[in-house]
Amino acid sequence: METKEKLLEIKNLKQYFNAGKPNEVKAIDGVSFDIYKGETLGLVGESGCGKSTTGRTIIRLYDATDGEVIFKGENVHGKKSKKELMKFNRSMQMIFQDPYASLNPKMMVSDVIAEGIDIHGLAKNKKDRMERVYQLLETVGLNREHANRYPHEFSGGQRQRIGIARALAVQPEFIIADEPISALDVSIQAQVVNLLKQLQREKGLTYLFIAHDLSMVKYISDRIGVMYFGKLVELAPADELYANPMHPYTKSLLSAIPLPDPDFERTRKRHSYDPASHKYSADEDVRMREVNPGHFVYCSEKEYQQLKAASKS
Amino acid sequence: MKNILEVKDLHISFHTFAGEVQAIRGVNFELKKGETLAIVGESGSGKSVTTKAIMRLLPPGNSEIKQGEILFDGKDLAKLNDRQMQKVRGKDISMIFQDPMTSLNPTMTVGKQIMEPLIKHQNMSQSAAKERVIQLLKLVGIPNPDQRFKQYPHQFSGGMRQRVVIAIALACNPKVLIADEPTTALDVTIQAQILELMKDLQKKIDTSIIFITHDLGVVANVADRVAVMYGGKIVEIGTVDEIFYNPQHPYTWGLISSMPSLDAKDEELYAIPGTPPNLLNPPKGDAFAPRNEYAMQIDLEEQPPMFKVSDTHFAATWLLHPDAPKVEPPAAVLKRMKQFNRAKK
Ligand SMILES: Nc1ncnc2c1ncn2[C@@H]1O[C@H](COP(=O)(O)OP(=O)(O)OP(=O)(O)O)[C@@H](O)[C@H]1O
Ligand SMILES: Nc1ncnc2c1ncn2[C@@H]1O[C@H](COP(=O)(O)OP(=O)(O)OP(=O)(O)O)[C@@H](O)[C@H]1O
Ligand SMILES: [Mg+2]
Ligand SMILES: [Mg+2]
Repeated sequence: METKEKLLEIKNLKQYFNAGKPNEVKAIDGVSFDIYKGETLGLVGESGCGKSTTGRTIIRLYDATDGEVIFKGENVHGKKSKKELMKFNRSMQMIFQDPYASLNPKMMVSDVIAEGIDIHGLAKNKKDRMERVYQLLETVGLNREHANRYPHEFSGGQRQRIGIARALAVQPEFIIADEPISALDVSIQAQVVNLLKQLQREKGLTYLFIAHDLSMVKYISDRIGVMYFGKLVELAPADELYANPMHPYTKSLLSAIPLPDPDFERTRKRHSYDPASHKYSADEDVRMREVNPGHFVYCSEKEYQQLKAASKS
Repeated sequence: MKNILEVKDLHISFHTFAGEVQAIRGVNFELKKGETLAIVGESGSGKSVTTKAIMRLLPPGNSEIKQGEILFDGKDLAKLNDRQMQKVRGKDISMIFQDPMTSLNPTMTVGKQIMEPLIKHQNMSQSAAKERVIQLLKLVGIPNPDQRFKQYPHQFSGGMRQRVVIAIALACNPKVLIADEPTTALDVTIQAQILELMKDLQKKIDTSIIFITHDLGVVANVADRVAVMYGGKIVEIGTVDEIFYNPQHPYTWGLISSMPSLDAKDEELYAIPGTPPNLLNPPKGDAFAPRNEYAMQIDLEEQPPMFKVSDTHFAATWLLHPDAPKVEPPAAVLKRMKQFNRAKK
């Protein structure tokens, strides 16, 4: 990343569900990071730690409890005219985690995919509209015959590709991909990842890529953020994170990656993470600190000094 | 080991607007007591449909078991009526579905949903069932189970919902557990916990597990045997070592070559070329032939039978015919085969 133009700035973002009630959930609790134009930022972390909520709040499916999301210098959560909103909706798209719940079962696949094309009036005429749909289907490895079918007639992986085609239809600049490939077989995963990378090269797309498959995340991401319980605990260039994980949660995550090698799996050792092991005192200032250039870790001043010392030796 | 389940020559079709989709075209396998059989294979190859057929949960309107038997404890499940099947489902055989949101009732609290089978199949009292539910929620790693008990599915994250579905499936200690992508929505640490939980259950009550997943790392971790599906058929089946270190079918080779390794650099990932077969009009010969760089003339004309590689390993590819030319598998596969041969020596 030589020219670092910020496309998106997330500043101290908070999302509390049922705020103030006894069942309050601090789904995101003060998360800050930037996404540079043309990069892929991977987001990994424990199930339920707030990855989807982060994506959904960025794209305004939820109002933020606190904090800012700045897209190309403009506050996303600020007041907007209808026209500005349209423009914004087109430039940011989301591929959803649940391909079952996110496709309207009563709509034919061609209409699902063309919904955005229609809303934004991107097609010149009916023929152009269908041509775009066919092309999108082929781009995601389906074929034109699929256009006239309904979502329930597809397998899980096929549905996920319909979701991807729908997101691509409006030619966005920024795509939040929430586990876009976990329902696909490895060969189609490879196809989709190659496709996302190709689109990135050709159109300069920027991705926030949420996933659990850490070998795929490593492969596709320039930088990776690790979340735990509503907080970002580590952020580093992809290779650096894998070569030199610093936060104990990251270490535990990396030690649990299942490898396609039965011999290895029979003898694997996992490290577990115990959040109590930090023994932070109440007045300690725990926050993201830059330990190596571009490598941030959520830690106390004392831990920071230890990490610094360890990474020098 | 005794077979608990035998699927014989299963054929299933869907009647759709466009015609008859021949989704399952002659599937055979057996599940032994206490083993884990993983099913892998292309998206759309029929993994979910096969297992839904075992549960008799195919959509009643447009699906048809055209032929075949599903033998469980000597009974042919394919011939049971709805009422008889209800007794099997959730008690003897339970299933973790691929789509957690559609298998949970959005209007019912999570706790109630897990209690239901306990009250229905095990005649538990309300309070005993509730206690067991809290225990199950803890078991699948949901924090604050007392509070979560009262919440609705939409208040859970994707992975937490999935764990609720797992808890429901485990509730009645089933003899056969069918798990369709049970851990795909989970992070690797919780995934590892769930896999261990399933293995523990297996040790304790000798449950047999059918485990569907795309994650070959998970397969390597859990499976005793692996079946590989393509185009509505099982094209290769063998022990986990045989499939990972000595695969024989070109589709299996393609799968293995498509995985990124942790040290993969910036080159493109390998993807199997072409598109899946059209099951409205399945090809005459080997369904994989048009995408198979090793295909021979006969592949286009005749479907290959299952050739025997070892007592436990079979593959449906003409390459195993004694008259077939010797071919060199892709590099990623050769590397594994060397490891296999070394290990044998
Ligand atoms: N609408 C909601 N109401 C109440 N709580 C919610 C809601 N949506 C999410 N949560 C809670 O917020 C937390 C974060 O959820 P989120 O879906 O962002 O997790 P995630 O990191 O995407 O997890 P997964 O990997 O399992 O998908 C969880 O504790 C979840 O229960
Ligand atoms: N209700 C239905 N109507 C018509 N066709 C269907 C229906 N359900 C499934 N199919 C077709 O049956 C085939 C097998 O589907 P199945 O869901 O078993 O695939 P799968 O192997 O589980 O794939 P995935 O890995 O994507 O989940 C697919 O071609 C699918 O399109
Ligand atoms: Mg999520
Ligand atoms: Mg499926």
